[in-house]
Amino acid sequence: MPYSDSLLRVAALNTAYAACIDGDRLEAWPDLFMERCLYKITTADNHRRGLAAGVVYADSRAMLHDRITALRQANIYERQRYRHIIGLPALLDGGEEAIAAETSFLVVRTMRDGRMDLFAAGVYLDRIARDSDGTLRFAERVVVCDSQRFDTLLAIPL
Amino acid sequence: MDVAPTQSVSAGFDHSWAPGLTRVPYWVYHDPDVARAEQARIFQGPVWNYLCLEVEIPNHGDYRTTFVGSMPVVVVRGEAGLIHAFENRCAHRGALICLENEGTAAKDFHCVYHAWRYDLQGNLQSVAFRRGVNGEGGMPDDFEMAAIGPRKLRVATFCGLVFGTLSDATPPIEEFLGAIGPRIRRVLHKPVEVIGRFTQPLPNNWKLYIENVKDTYHASLLHLFFTTFRITRLTQGGGTTVSEDGGHHASATLAPTQAVDTAYRDAGIRSDDETVRLTDTSMLEVREEWDDPIRLQIVAVFPTLIVQQIHNCLAVRQVVPRGVDAMDLHWTYIGYADDSPEMRTLRLKQSNLVGPAGFVSMEDGCVGGFVQRGTDAAEEEAGVVMMGGSGFGTQSTRATETAIRGFWNVWRGLMGV
Repeated sequence: MPYSDSLLRVAALNTAYAACIDGDRLEAWPDLFMERCLYKITTADNHRRGLAAGVVYADSRAMLHDRITALRQANIYERQRYRHIIGLPALLDGGEEAIAAETSFLVVRTMRDGRMDLFAAGVYLDRIARDSDGTLRFAERVVVCDSQRFDTLLAIPL
Repeated sequence: MDVAPTQSVSAGFDHSWAPGLTRVPYWVYHDPDVARAEQARIFQGPVWNYLCLEVEIPNHGDYRTTFVGSMPVVVVRGEAGLIHAFENRCAHRGALICLENEGTAAKDFHCVYHAWRYDLQGNLQSVAFRRGVNGEGGMPDDFEMAAIGPRKLRVATFCGLVFGTLSDATPPIEEFLGAIGPRIRRVLHKPVEVIGRFTQPLPNNWKLYIENVKDTYHASLLHLFFTTFRITRLTQGGGTTVSEDGGHHASATLAPTQAVDTAYRDAGIRSDDETVRLTDTSMLEVREEWDDPIRLQIVAVFPTLIVQQIHNCLAVRQVVPRGVDAMDLHWTYIGYADDSPEMRTLRLKQSNLVGPAGFVSMEDGCVGGFVQRGTDAAEEEAGVVMMGGSGFGTQSTRATETAIRGFWNVWRGLMGV
């Protein structure tokens, strides 16, 4: 795929990703991932040291569905929403089968009383592949947050 | 633990508390004078404060910065493997001596402000321009470096946990931990590795988080995730072990034995929603690692350490107060050094249960804030802590607030109220 095509497709995937989360269409969010995948939220510090744990760690689309089910039906948290601002992806060599991309993001969190905070900033480290139906999906999205601090709780995915 | 009232008059507060432990007045979470007094009487009092893990500073010159209450502390591995800890405060003008979270191969520490230099034990070693410049200025002749320095902590280790105390009255660590020691050893019985660190700032007084940890009553009521998937129910076996003076506790939940459990449904409680099912249950697999049926064990060491075993998910949590209405919760996720790759992956998956995004502990991040806000105008009112009676003994149930009352018994003793 020509570079400019890949760039646009990855940017479009990121736009769809943000729209699912920010528009509270969380049920559609797991479908942006391959069935076998890695979704992890960690910190720059852990990432640099090779410490494997994440505040969220999922290695299947089903685990992502389960997380949304838990958020909708089990977990208790005050009403809040995110606004993602996602930069243009930097495409790296992902080999024949995948696109590797690094993309900066900011997430502003708005609480039910209207308080807004810069909740997270960091970089998405992605491997994006073409699924059997031809759709580009995340084979891997590692969310590397610049800060090690997660204020109060992280309910909605980043 | 010595719980005799402290005689300190340097940090006072103007409150009284009727005898008994079944009411907790809300000023304890709101009064800045109380928070100030806690620094001297609790954190700098006769207690062992958790500092770090031994495995985080394995070699000579390895160090971490941490906190005892709000006091910044450097903990460092010195000669002959000895661990030292001292206040991270230059004796000169009070600036932080060490500005990093951690480091290796330190030979000494320099304050950046005026280049005063300390050895790994926190002893002042040199003062820049001590003799002045060109015969002018400099320190007086009677200036003694040995007479000043940051406060030093006594250090003790237990099962790889490093503790520090500022009080001469603190008993030896094994004596301090008492009946809780074996419960820690059960989890930390062999070498561990750090597999991740996260910090969770919480919008509440530090004691509200500690109470939440000691509140075995809330777990299966607030946390639907656990209840639905039968990870813990009050009707599962288990109990709460409380140390003699009440300060520490260990709660245990045993593996479920009943086929059908209707206690929650019969009581009509929100947290039994039969429709919630996982589609990928790999996270809930449990590998037996201990010679007992304990599925979940939470140990809290007074004042600010929690050692957690939830299935195969192990973590150490440190509570750091940040003023009267805020705190930081430092999570250190660990695995055993001899974990197989499969075991390590299982721990990573199970870590979804805990931390800021934990299916279980997510709610614990916000309930403290709910109490902090709910009690904002209620300093003269009090909470009710009567589940399981009025004492703080060990109980063979988790439908009790015995460990909370134990915490307040020690807190009141140290605070002299």
